[in-house]
Amino acid sequence: MADPVASNSAPVRPLSPHLQIYRPMLTMMMSIVHRITGAALYFGTLIVAWWLVAAASGPNAYATFEWVMGSILGKLVLFGYTWALIHHALGGIRHLIWDMGHGFGPQEREWLAAATLIGSIGLTVILWVVGYMMLGGVR
Amino acid sequence: MTNRQDDVRQDDMRTPLSRVRGLGAAHSGTRDFWHLRVTSVALIPLSIAFVVIVAMLIGRNHAAVLQILASPVVSILLILFLIASLYHMWIGMQEIIIDYVHADAAKLAALLLNTFFCCAIGAVCAFALMKISFGV
Repeated sequence: MADPVASNSAPVRPLSPHLQIYRPMLTMMMSIVHRITGAALYFGTLIVAWWLVAAASGPNAYATFEWVMGSILGKLVLFGYTWALIHHALGGIRHLIWDMGHGFGPQEREWLAAATLIGSIGLTVILWVVGYMMLGGVR
Repeated sequence: MTNRQDDVRQDDMRTPLSRVRGLGAAHSGTRDFWHLRVTSVALIPLSIAFVVIVAMLIGRNHAAVLQILASPVVSILLILFLIASLYHMWIGMQEIIIDYVHADAAKLAALLLNTFFCCAIGAVCAFALMKISFGV
């Protein structure tokens, strides 16, 4: 075996198995989605900032914001933001349960991961349906 | 070997001061971990409040939106939501950057950008809320 110090190239060290080695599992996908939704919410704060600035600026700026967010693309982004917020919140609660030392059993962690996914999709749909009902239909 | 204190591991390279402080290589110990949890607990009720506030405003005209946003309870809840969110996402993005960006210059730049982004969003939102509440 070549002496790693003597060679000019970077020493070859054993690597731990990474993502491509594993069969995709629900808990693993939920972990990845938790990070992706977190990053999405990070940039979603730009919408929150725009919303508050538009409201503070006046009726015209607010109308522009409402027009963009009322478009198909805007609604899609807002729907995604709603799901990301709820999914990250439920995933966060799951992490808090784990932080307290509970929910690590083989069935428990699968159940928690499934509950996060089903709960986030369900709550998002319910929220939007209720929102449309309160507004009196699609506009 | 024999004159070492019993409670000190022999392979421990840390100085006694470093061992007592227990802050590790990042010099901040578990602070980020704990603050991420504290803000996450705060964000459970605050996110619900945020969603309720946004739902209250959908479909209303600008004057009505201003009136609701200017009310103390709504404004304070939004400020708390923003403080908790921005601190939470600052730590979270820092964690992501440290995980994926390994080149020193790029990492430093990304960490700085993260801090500036969170501060800028906070300043902009705070100013907008103050302008709405105090009606300048």
